[in-house]
Formats: sequence, structure tokens, C-alpha cells
Amino acid sequence: MTNEIKRRSFLKVSAAAGGGLLLSLYLPEAIGAGLDAGGRQPGTAALPFMPNAFVRIGSDDSVTVIVNKSEMGQGVYTSLPMLLAEELEADWSKIKVESAPVDAAYNHTTFGIQMTGGSTSTASEWDRFRKAGATARVMLIGAAAQQWGVDSQALRAENGFVIGPGRGQRASFGSLADAAAKIAAPQDVPLKDPKDFKLIGKATRRLDTPSKVDGSAQFGLDVKIPGMMTAVVARSPVFGGKVASLNADAARAVSGVRNVVQIPSGVAVIAEGFWPAKLGREKLDIKWDEGQNANLSTTGMREQYASLAKKPGKLARRVGDPAGALASAAKTVTAEYEVPYLAHAMMEPLNCVVDLRANSCEIWTGTQFQTVDRMAAAAVAGLKPEQVQIHTTLLGGGFGRRANPASDFVIEAVQVAKAAKTPVKVIWTREDDIRGGWYRPMWYDRMQAGVDVSGNPVAWTHTIVGQSIMEGTAFEAFGIKDGIDAASVEGAADLLYGIPNLQVDLHTPKIGVPVMWWRSVGHSHNGFAVEAFFDEVAHECGKDPFELRRALLANQPRMRALLELVAEKANWGKPLPTGRGRGIATHFSFDSYVAQVAEVSVDNGRVRVHRVVCAIDCGRVVNPDTVKAQLEGGIIFGLTAALKDEITLDRGRVQQRNFHDYPMLRINEAPEIEVHIMPSTEKPTGVGEPGVPPVAPAVANAIFAATGTRVRKLPIGLVG
Amino acid sequence: MITLNVNGKAINVDVDPATPLLWVLRETIGLTGTKYGCGMAQCGACTVHLNGEAIRSCVKRVADAAGKEITTIEGLSTDLSHPLQKAWIEIDVPQCGYCQSGQIMSAAVLLAENSKPTDRDIDEAMTGNICRCGTYPRIRQAIHRAAEMKRKA
Repeated sequence: MTNEIKRRSFLKVSAAAGGGLLLSLYLPEAIGAGLDAGGRQPGTAALPFMPNAFVRIGSDDSVTVIVNKSEMGQGVYTSLPMLLAEELEADWSKIKVESAPVDAAYNHTTFGIQMTGGSTSTASEWDRFRKAGATARVMLIGAAAQQWGVDSQALRAENGFVIGPGRGQRASFGSLADAAAKIAAPQDVPLKDPKDFKLIGKATRRLDTPSKVDGSAQFGLDVKIPGMMTAVVARSPVFGGKVASLNADAARAVSGVRNVVQIPSGVAVIAEGFWPAKLGREKLDIKWDEGQNANLSTTGMREQYASLAKKPGKLARRVGDPAGALASAAKTVTAEYEVPYLAHAMMEPLNCVVDLRANSCEIWTGTQFQTVDRMAAAAVAGLKPEQVQIHTTLLGGGFGRRANPASDFVIEAVQVAKAAKTPVKVIWTREDDIRGGWYRPMWYDRMQAGVDVSGNPVAWTHTIVGQSIMEGTAFEAFGIKDGIDAASVEGAADLLYGIPNLQVDLHTPKIGVPVMWWRSVGHSHNGFAVEAFFDEVAHECGKDPFELRRALLANQPRMRALLELVAEKANWGKPLPTGRGRGIATHFSFDSYVAQVAEVSVDNGRVRVHRVVCAIDCGRVVNPDTVKAQLEGGIIFGLTAALKDEITLDRGRVQQRNFHDYPMLRINEAPEIEVHIMPSTEKPTGVGEPGVPPVAPAVANAIFAATGTRVRKLPIGLVG
Repeated sequence: MITLNVNGKAINVDVDPATPLLWVLRETIGLTGTKYGCGMAQCGACTVHLNGEAIRSCVKRVADAAGKEITTIEGLSTDLSHPLQKAWIEIDVPQCGYCQSGQIMSAAVLLAENSKPTDRDIDEAMTGNICRCGTYPRIRQAIHRAAEMKRKA
């Protein structure tokens, strides 16, 4: 399974931009252990030419791109190979994709660990993958120049061949691979002028689609290894609870159940398959020591949050004199906004396969957090990180959940394997997923604005109440400065609107519900509070919400242009059929600008979203069709949160459990979606998440336009 | 011993008759294209055909599927030649892809019964299938495209 390639030193090539960006340091030992684009184990063919950690060219002309980002639907198994193939001048039809093993060579260029998140994959790899391709191309050309005895300057690469001026001077990459492997990797290879791009910027079909329409794509849940058992885990009904007593006799008596073991998170039932494991779990007799969270309730928390919001919190940002400006304003507007805990609810529930041996631990799972998971797994297994190998499968959705700071689903599976002494796959049921915590925090926002006599906003204050997602994690030092978790105030403290007096402050209550990033993170709630409140302010100012935004974005040319584009495409200001309303919202997140207009009607309190027009400026685009798909998906994801979902707790227990009470938007509720991409030559920025934050406020603002009712709490549910 | 007819092949399985068909397909027979999403017929990821009807295999006792024709995504075609597979590829419907086997299996029944489905027909046939990535606009488009391909074939 693992190719016997020893670690070889390769040239270190500093990239043109970005601190600490190093190209292709060496060939990782574990290379070839990854999975292909369909998530399957690749063959172990000889590897004649692997100039760096990201590409391997076979004598059969195959070009295998090793992708260090996890494919969870965002299209990285296509867009990153496009970057490399562009500079390599590869034949796109010969491109294959493998997932990278865990190795420092694959670390995020900014965050320094191997991970996928923060809508940063393209930004992180934009230079590195192009350099990797360009370096390989120069080496192939060098090999041809040697063979033909000509100057390499006279040669060029095109569509998988090196071509020279002379008769018959045409050699496929595969035929040059052996010779190219003997050439020293050049330093600082120049990259193409973007005007010469052939692939980048062209809508390109995803390489993983065929495997996803015939059932062959391998997700973590599909992995099977020799001797593997299946386990499900009974976890405490209250977060942080522990097993007080256990009687597993009835569980052990279930046909197919092989073992029952106690682990730190609860009790694992190990069986020949999922079904006996689940039946066994139902027969467990466990008394729980519920611990200090046994009386948690979201109703009580809401009261606590609302009362905190009336007092100023820790200062995140102050501009001018907001208190003075509010006191002297002709009019003030005050409103409180709130959003609930939310589960990620990826379609593929969490799962993890572990094969733990005396000196090794092999893991198969769909993770976004390879470095963190490997370290955590090693600690539990009592091994060195290098002895732990992670095969990153395809992810059946991620949305942040599979980048768990505590590696919860990975270490638990290692604990089960360790206790049960068997290769094992731990499967979470949907109920386990919905009730398993690690939610988007619940938030409460108190907003105030002051308006002058001419109807211009002169002051804006925003008090935010909610748990920190960084506190207590290894990312605390990175994410929390002076008591402010940057993720709690993102999208609020960096308000783009030119309001002269601004204050954003934060309360960070400590609550025993595990929380973490959820697609668009802090922006998922601040986008709603800020943009819905802005609409209220515009109304109080007697101004059109589009016009007021436009006026206050005078110093934000990219957002202003985008706002104008979306308004034009959505026919802003033009009449609508009776009963319909339009709402507009903008939001800057993950370095990208997004503006949306939603068109809704409300019938007997039921909200119907008919159409969403969306515009994005995300810098230079690699695969425009993927960008569109991510925004379509982000809008649907945001609509589910806006209209439907909440996780609530009573007596410490999560009250939802499956899709009947934690529902998802369905096809009959999906609006028509139109996506416009602003042409740009700026560096690429985020795409996976920025589509989410503007949806809820655009819909809330449209509901006001249609009905005159303000929506200040999500999920919207029934209006009126 | 239960005899199942899966994708045209007779397969004997020695399992608890109450086991949901889903887990027998996935774990006993090794056809992992059919997915687990909820275990209570809420999401459609486990959709297969039973005598030509779309059913949720996560709530179907395996014993109740005996003697009936079972078709899974692996049996829809062996070479990506089904119009829905072609349309799905042409429009690049999937994102994470996890729900897509179920989506396609639900759409296949619709298409077998209705050569020119309207948007409303699509809503009715596909509402039982959740896609968390939000590929619904493309699913709709691809079903129309597949219907068109099938009519022209």
C-alpha cells in the first residue's frame, strides 16, 4: 500500500509571495498512501518522476496530482489540479488525483498545519500548486533538451508533450519522466502571465463527478479493512457527563455483538456490523453521572444573554465617540437579534476507521484537520505522530465539523480500537450527530444606531453575547487577543459602512455546550444582525436600503460595485407582484465581497423564498462553475438556518435528534438562484463560506418589505 | 438464509431478517453506493428500487425484500450510460456527492414513469431526498436534461 520511497531532500523554493511559503520540500515518506479522486486506493505503479510533493508523472503519461486539501464538495480535487496542470501544460484528460498523506510538506501556507478550512484552499495553494507544475515542466523540458542535444530555450511544453523546432522533436511527458527525474529541480521558476491561462478561469467539469454518480466514490463510511468490526458509542445525554455504572449483559447477548468497552466518552458496543451494534447499544443499562451541565437550558441561557446584552462588554473596536454621538443623535434605533445553536448535519454522519497495532496506527476518515488529528491520535495510541497514518477519504460534507479542535471523532475511534483490540469502524448515527454538540454557538446581539437630522446614521453600537469557539482549544493563542475571540466579532467589528462613530463589544459567557466553527463561523450570526439592523436603520432614516448602503460604501469600491451589480440584476426598485418583497444584504467575509437580493412572499405566515440573486467578488477565479455551485450551496445552507433550524436544550438534554425535528431545506422549497461573478485580477479569496452570511438578512429584509413585520430571531419559522 | 435479487444477481445472505436492507447491501454484499443518512426514511440517501419503486432501504426489513428485484446505484448502469448519470456529469450536479446515489435513484423512477416531468413533478418525486450541499437547482436542471436526452434517444 505504501510505496517504498525514502525521504529525499529536494530543493527548497521560496514562492514569490506570502510568508513561510515553501515549495516541495521533499518527498514525504508516505506518499502513494493516499486515495484517488474517487476516494479509492490507487495502484502502486513505479514512480519514475515525482519532482515535488504535489505531482507524479508516470511512464504511461498519467499525471497524478496529490491534493493536500480535503474534498468535501467544494471542488478542490478539480480546482487545485487545474492550477498545477495550467503551469505544467499537462493534458487535462490525463490528470488523476490522490489525497495527500499527512506531512509537513502539505501544511497550510498560512496556518502551518495540514487542514482544510476558512475558505482558504485556493488562496493557500494559488502560488504553490502553480509553482509545482511549472517546476515539473521545466524539468521535463530539460530532459528533452538533453535527449535532443538542443537548448531548452528552443523547446516548449503543450498538452502533455515537449515540442522542439526540429523534425520529430515531440516527446510525451511519460516518455521523458525517467530522464526528468535525474534533473535538478530549478529554483524560482517564473509563472505564466494570466493572459496566457488556458485552464484557470474556464468552467471545468469536476474530476470527481463520475465516481459520485455510479456509487464508486469512497467516503469514510464505505471503508472496509480486514478483520474490521463496527462500533457505535453510547455517549452521555448531558455534555460532560460520565458513566456512573454499566450493565452490559443484555447488550452482549445480542446476536452479532462481540464486545462492549468503556471509553472516556461513554460505552462502545462492538459488533459484526452496524445493525447489531445499534441493537446492542439500545440494550445497554447505563447510569450517568450527569455532572454540572445537568440543568442547562437554552431558555435560561437566553435570559442570561439578554441581560448581559444590556451592559457593555469587552471592547472589540471603537471609532470616534459612539456614546456621545448616540446621545446627541436626532433619533436612535435599538433592536435585539438572536440566533440559536446549530448542528452541521453533514449528510455523511461522522465515522472513523482505525487499525491500531503495536507500532503503528492507520486511520481512514473524512477529516479536515489531518495534523491535529494525527497528534491527538498518537497521544491516545501512545505512539509518535509519525507512526500514525491518516488516509483522507472523501468527505460527505464538512462545514467545519470535521475540523474538530479536540479531534473528538478520531480519538474516540482510537480509544475504541485500543480498548477492544480490534480494527474498528466507529459510526455515528444521525441522532448521535445532532445531539453530539460542537455546535455553532447561540448568539444574542443588541444593536443601537443614532441618526442625524438629515437621516444619516452617525453612530452604530453592537453588543455581542455568545460563547467563544477558540477558548480552551490549541487555537486560543491564535484566535483570542485581549479577551476578544476574533471569530466572535468578525463581520461586526470590521463593518464596511462609513459610519463615523462605531463600537463593538463582546460578552463571552462560559457554557458547557461544546461549540466550534460552522460554515462562515462568526459571520453566520453577525451578518444577520448587522445587515438586518441596517435595514431597520435605513427605514428609520427614510431611505432606500440599497441607496443608503451605496452611500455608506463610498470608500469600499469593490463592495459598492458589487451592490450595484446585484441591484441591477435583481431589478431593485422595479415593481413586484402583490404580496412579494425584496430584501438586500451585503457581507464581507473570508476576504470576499458578496451581495444578495432575496425575493419572498409570506402566505399564512409561511415564508416562501422565490428567488435569490447573488454577486461575488472573490478575486481571480479558478473554476467559475465551482464558484457558482458553492454560492448556490451556501445560499441553500443559509436558508436552512434562516428558516428552519435550532438546537435547544432542556435539563441539559438536546431536544432535537434527526431530520424530522432538525429539518433541512428540500428541493420544493429551494429558490431560483442566480450567481454573478465580478471579473477581477486580484488574488483569489474565499468562496465556500461567504455565500452564507447575507442570506438570512436578505430574507428578513424581504419579509419586512412584503409584510411590514421585522424578523429579529432565527429560525424565522412562521411570520406574524 | 435469505435470497435477494440485487442488480440482476441472486445473492444468499445469512442475516437477522429484521436487519434493514441498507446494511445488508452495504456491509454484507459490499454495495456501498447506497448511503446511510438518517435511519428513519427522512433523507433519502438510502434510496434503492424495489420492483421498480423507489424505497428507503434504511427502514426496509431485508426479509421483506426477498424475492423482489432490488436495483442499487451500482445496477443503474455499468458504464455511466444512464441519461441521469450523463446529465449529472454534464451539469456537474454533485458537491460532496454523498446524497447523490439516492437522488439519482429517486429521479430514475420519476423518469421511468414520466418522460417529460414538470418542475412540480420533480418537486413531488424528489422532496424526500435531502442535499445538505444544496445542489437542488442543478438536480432540477439535470432531471430536465436527462428527460430530454431520453426522449431524443
